[in-house]
Amino acid sequence: MLRYFIKRLAAALPTLFIIVTLSFFLTRLAPGGPFDEERSLPPQIMANLQSAYGLDQPVWVQYGRYLRALGRGDFGPSFRYKDFTVSELIGQGLPVTLELGSLALALALGIGIPLGTMSALHRNAAADALAVSLAVLGVAIPSFVLLPLLGLLFGVTLHWLPVAGWERGSIRHLVLPVAALSLPPLAYIARLTRSGMLETLSSPFIRTARAKGLPLRAIITRHALRPALVPVAGYLAPAIASIMTGSLVVESIAGLPGVGRYLVQGALNRDYTLVLGMVVLYSSVLIAMGLLVDLLHAWLDPRVRFSAPQ
Amino acid sequence: MTPTSWRAAARRLRANKAAVAALSVIVSLVALALLAPSFNPNTVEALDWSHVATGPALVHAHWFGTDRLGRDLFVRTLEGARTSIAVGLAAGAVSLSLGLGFGAVAGYVGGRTDYWMMRLIEILSGLPLIFFVIFLTVIFGRNGAVLYVSIGAVGWLTMARIVRGQALSIRRQEFIEAAVACGASTARIIGKHVVPNVLGPVIVYATLTVPQIILLESFLSFLGLGIQEPHASLGTLIAEGAAEMEAAPWILLAPGLYLTVLLVCLNIFGDGLRDALDAREPA
Repeated sequence: MLRYFIKRLAAALPTLFIIVTLSFFLTRLAPGGPFDEERSLPPQIMANLQSAYGLDQPVWVQYGRYLRALGRGDFGPSFRYKDFTVSELIGQGLPVTLELGSLALALALGIGIPLGTMSALHRNAAADALAVSLAVLGVAIPSFVLLPLLGLLFGVTLHWLPVAGWERGSIRHLVLPVAALSLPPLAYIARLTRSGMLETLSSPFIRTARAKGLPLRAIITRHALRPALVPVAGYLAPAIASIMTGSLVVESIAGLPGVGRYLVQGALNRDYTLVLGMVVLYSSVLIAMGLLVDLLHAWLDPRVRFSAPQ
Repeated sequence: MTPTSWRAAARRLRANKAAVAALSVIVSLVALALLAPSFNPNTVEALDWSHVATGPALVHAHWFGTDRLGRDLFVRTLEGARTSIAVGLAAGAVSLSLGLGFGAVAGYVGGRTDYWMMRLIEILSGLPLIFFVIFLTVIFGRNGAVLYVSIGAVGWLTMARIVRGQALSIRRQEFIEAAVACGASTARIIGKHVVPNVLGPVIVYATLTVPQIILLESFLSFLGLGIQEPHASLGTLIAEGAAEMEAAPWILLAPGLYLTVLLVCLNIFGDGLRDALDAREPA
């Protein structure tokens, strides 16, 4: 297991390095500097600004500085939010995004797996039909359509829940964003669990367990669930990626002060350092999650550990 | 694939009622987007100051209502749908040709070339590509060409993997050996013999790529990073609708429903096509 982990880690670190390097040089390729759009500044002030942000140095020096600062967890100053560094903005936004994302993932797993299992056990019954149609709809309805529609129904018409906004510790403000964010992965997880479960239930060792007279509940929880969940574990990394991508729109629509909204704002304002920092942050989180998921996958399915992944 | 197996696949597809229904919905939605605006007296950019943000009505043929500026939503929704479908097809074509070319070369040539080409794919699929698309739109400005190419560049990785897998198995067959014996060049063999024989899975995956691309374009446009005013795509219309949701919910409903139905049907049809051609993605 440890060897497997080290092997995956060795593959992940170069990827992260490539992302940082590529993103850094892409921002330097951009036509025009970050201060171009404001009123044209006197040359002295422009020069002062450039040197204050280190932009008068050769690109290689800037790159070296950025890497060293990044090693200390310092993403540099934001070009637009003048009084904040990118790290401060991340520090403010990340807890919100993590709360939103982990709730959505928990909901997707907590409902998707039982729903898929139920649907496999009662093939062609109402639960199955529900799960299958939910899977088709959930995969296709984008969260930026779903969230406004949910807001329209539960917020504007029924007045049950707030449409947007954020209060620290308020669950009511999180219900709709979490629901919209978790539906696509939930649908897919239900679909994967269903097919995994159907396949597992028809295998000989389940027949043996039945022949022993084990109750259905024990067969499912003790024997069938683990192999049936292997495809779900394989999907977890894309699921996390889809939740993180979804959080961009969901935070923007619901007005949640998370990092996704900063990324969108930064992109609209052409705030290079902020966007660069966010891309690095999102990539590192994704890669770290990918590693964790690989470990989980290897634990669920011993075959993964011993055959070299393609 | 031989002509017979194509016919068998078509028969299996016709037997799949959900896929046939989905296809007819797709065809009518596209036809609606192409033809219907000319049957409505309103134009895309005309402002009707006597009907600002009114709900759906037959008056002045504002069948889906109007937006904050008095622009007709029926025409704008279908205009936006045209844009979204066009982006889907254009970026789909980009990702199809990239994936087909890359995968066929890697699979057919094999050996060390294949090894390094596949490492490249592996690294690229580890990247959060959507963030790169956003990044590219920030750096190179929001113009259409950047949008098409960068969205298309996201979708080709899986396509390349699928094509490579197919090409690997085709490479060992006799007709390739015969072509080599006849002295055909590698480029000719790939173009004339490998590519036509991988078309089945390619078509399936392409039909599943188009909805993903439409979704991605709408996503970017929704965030204000894609199609810009005064042009509309389904994403920008949904963004307008979401902003006006409490006062004028119909602005959201028309483009939201159009997009959802289109995506659901494209997915159902793609799944049906996959079952009919029995093309599974390689694990």
